[in-house]
Amino acid sequence: MSSRIAAKVQEAAGPLDRQDKVRRRSIFSAFIRDPKALTGLIIFSVFVLVGIFAPLIAPYDPHASTFMPSQPPSWQHLFGTTNTGQDIFSQFVWGTRTSLSVGVGAAVVSTLIAFLIGVYAGLKGGWVDAVLNALCNIFLVLPGLALLILIESYLKNTTPVLNGLIIALTGWAWGARVFRSVTLSLANRDFVLAAKLSGAGSLRIMFAEILPNMVSIIAGNLIYSCLGAILAESGLAYLGFEDVASDSWGTILMWAQNGAALMIGAWWWFVPPGLAIALVCTSLTLMNFAVDQIANPRLRVKRRARKTHVLEGGLQHAAQS
Amino acid sequence: MRYVLNRLLFLVVSIWAAITLNFILPRLMPGNPAAIMMAKFQGRMPPQALHALEIEMGMASDKPMIVQYFDYLRSMVTGHLGLSYTFYPTPVSAIIRQSLPWTIGLLGVAWLVAVVLGTLAGIWIAWRRGSKADAILPIGTMFFQSIPGFWLGLILLYFAGFLHNWFPTAHAYGDDVTPGFNGRFILSVLYHGFLPFLVVFLGSVSGWIVGMRNNMIMTLGEDYVVFAEAKGIPTRRLIFAYAARNALLPQVTSIAIALSTIIGGQILIEQVFSYPGIGYQLTNAVTSEDYPLIQGMFLIIAVATLVINFIVDMIYGRLDPRARRRGATS
Amino acid sequence: MPHNHNALRRPVLEIEDLSVGYETPNSLVHAVSDVNLTVHEQEILGLVGESGSGKSTLAFAVMRLLKGDAVVTKGRVRVAGQDVYALTPAELRSFRWKKMSMVFQSAMNALNPVMTVETQIVDTLLAHQPDWSRERALARARELLELVRIDAKHLKSYPHELSGGMRQRVVIAIAIALQPDLVIMDEPTTALDVVVQRSILDEIREIQQREKFAILFISHDFSLVAELASRVAIMYAGRIVEVTDSETLADGYRHHPYTEGLIRAIPHLTAEQVVIEGIPGNPPNLMELPSGCAFHPRCPYATEECRQARPPQYPSEHGLIECHLFKPQREAQHV
Repeated sequence: MSSRIAAKVQEAAGPLDRQDKVRRRSIFSAFIRDPKALTGLIIFSVFVLVGIFAPLIAPYDPHASTFMPSQPPSWQHLFGTTNTGQDIFSQFVWGTRTSLSVGVGAAVVSTLIAFLIGVYAGLKGGWVDAVLNALCNIFLVLPGLALLILIESYLKNTTPVLNGLIIALTGWAWGARVFRSVTLSLANRDFVLAAKLSGAGSLRIMFAEILPNMVSIIAGNLIYSCLGAILAESGLAYLGFEDVASDSWGTILMWAQNGAALMIGAWWWFVPPGLAIALVCTSLTLMNFAVDQIANPRLRVKRRARKTHVLEGGLQHAAQS
Repeated sequence: MRYVLNRLLFLVVSIWAAITLNFILPRLMPGNPAAIMMAKFQGRMPPQALHALEIEMGMASDKPMIVQYFDYLRSMVTGHLGLSYTFYPTPVSAIIRQSLPWTIGLLGVAWLVAVVLGTLAGIWIAWRRGSKADAILPIGTMFFQSIPGFWLGLILLYFAGFLHNWFPTAHAYGDDVTPGFNGRFILSVLYHGFLPFLVVFLGSVSGWIVGMRNNMIMTLGEDYVVFAEAKGIPTRRLIFAYAARNALLPQVTSIAIALSTIIGGQILIEQVFSYPGIGYQLTNAVTSEDYPLIQGMFLIIAVATLVINFIVDMIYGRLDPRARRRGATS
Repeated sequence: MPHNHNALRRPVLEIEDLSVGYETPNSLVHAVSDVNLTVHEQEILGLVGESGSGKSTLAFAVMRLLKGDAVVTKGRVRVAGQDVYALTPAELRSFRWKKMSMVFQSAMNALNPVMTVETQIVDTLLAHQPDWSRERALARARELLELVRIDAKHLKSYPHELSGGMRQRVVIAIAIALQPDLVIMDEPTTALDVVVQRSILDEIREIQQREKFAILFISHDFSLVAELASRVAIMYAGRIVEVTDSETLADGYRHHPYTEGLIRAIPHLTAEQVVIEGIPGNPPNLMELPSGCAFHPRCPYATEECRQARPPQYPSEHGLIECHLFKPQREAQHV
């Protein structure tokens, strides 16, 4: 009996799987073909490469105070030097590695938490859903940075990695809410019901049945959380709540502020890190924009149809192609 | 009515959650930060203060945890937030009373101006679709929303403060004026507040313009707007009463989501401009390890956020009759 | 000729040679082509076609409500003798609804979700009669609701508090608020269930007889139109392929092959066996219209001529038909 149901599940899952593979490939190519997404991807990749090859790119030890202090940019020191004679370009390159890995790491962890909580709540329903949803709403309205600062005040001089972890632990609520609502719309589909009937465990249903159907939403959430984490980490580091010996962009800004960079007019000290944060965030926004449109094709079509207002069936079809 | 009760319940539960976080966190942290800190302050503080701190930090082992928790809840609810020990013996609540007006004044004014102007601009741009503003807007928004607010503050401070001396570089008013209701003081406050105001304003206005524009364009295509146009509703009423009111709904919902970010940004901006608001006090309290003050500041920020959120929910309920029946927006 | 009585009546809607196109990135796609149509006072004219045939576009063109990329490329629309496209925007605003109004397809979408029924009716009245007092407008609103059989207490209701049928009645009340000569109804009952649909149709007929306006009734439901309207226009791929009296739709008369297909698609309850027969094939994509007669790929009688030349309009015994089969001298060959 159960094997027959299992066979049916196989049948039901078979074509869907294939469809999904085709879809996934087309998602990727749609992403690459979108000029905005491509621009974002290129900018982001450049920063990732700088981060990966930081040891090769950085000309000096970022902590060595062995140069002339407060030098403006020159060929020896592309971004000048700090008031204690450190090479800012080397700090910047290492900072790229730190800031990006915190951003990406926090994004992965928080998306994972969001996925587990959101999908589990959506699948279980009942009081489990009610409790998790309330928790999610509370985390959503609690002031994020203030909570981070409160936690930092007990931890003292945290490393960037620990900061990334805290950011992830406090920043999953928005994603969980999105995942939950998508799960609710999927929970009554045939393939999920079939999996439930065949006795598949919650985890199996979550990862084998639900996950492949929200690839683009997960991607969007990863990008969005990465953006939030980079901003949050730079803010924390700027306020001085990160190990002062760390290399992140926010720490450079913190030292610039403490080193009176503004007063002595050392613009080369505080302009590059902020600009880098802005560029990375812009690149993420660009990619998120494209993912949004791919994840929600109806949005795009609808907008088009609205524009032409009374467009009817046949023509609408033509306009899409 | 059910809607109001529902939101009120959520407000109470979330404030309770914030207080509980305050209570739990120091007890959860590895390495017992409270004990280390207590050792540090031994001898530097009067014994009663140390004892009060012990209770707050959960060091007083003479009572079971649950009793401590209810003691803590009671003192928080009755507004006894303890004494700051950097400003000993000033109560935390006094420091809050002193710094909260600055934050509310700066953030509230800048943000409201951004909301009102942004909304109107969004409506206007949507109505005259295809204008130049329409082309520049998305790029401008992406730029301003990607720049960290505090960095924009640093740049403005450097340019307009240090480089050109157009604006003061720190504090909320000059040393040469006496606080009170007098012209010189008010002018000084406006002068000192301008740059931070500009940063908060620029940080949120473009998002409002774009959001409102997009919603308006969607709404202007809705049948009920076309129907209203057909039945002869005058243009002004068509735009504001028929289209804009509906277009505003998703915007109001998005306040709840943006609120946490805006308040986080405010903490950083106050630090940049050494502006004596709640955020600046919080940062300083962390630096000087003034735990009662940290907890008090976190609590007031959380409560303020939650109350604003509640007010937004109430406004939403007024704007959308459907929400009143559904029971909840979130 | 059965439609002779119309000759005595004044026309309220005259559409002459009207074409409407959508500007797409590459070309202009015509959703409505060379349409000629007249609706007389107090007449119900049904306009039938599959979705995508251009019915709604035609309706919006008559109301001068086309938006975005849609443009009238040629032709004229006269309502109560007035060229609709010759009005200034201000004149149009007061002309519309006083002379012509429209019931939109979906009532849920046509009513503003955040306003009470009262506001939406009173707004309409005051927009056209600014000298009216609120009380007077309110009294009229109450009267209108009663006319569509809704309790006046629902003036204070919001659209989401009403049932689908009630919402559609409110929209009809708004449409007749200023006693127009012509009311265009674009699929007014499509979103409703059959029972509600039936009672609303009865009411439309009743109100129409009492208030004496003409109706251009648009629907994809052929049987419904055949029952309600006195004359029927059949639209295919943006063209009116036949105009005929609805009595002729019963057996005995010859029709356009497309109309014949539609007639066959109605279950014949009088026959011994209920046969539901659709028309094979799909309506054409307006961007790639077939050459000649747009219906030829689906037409069982298509000839070489149909593939090459677009048929002109021929008078039939009860109206107009756009089909080569009705060319007078060649008629015999195809019977």
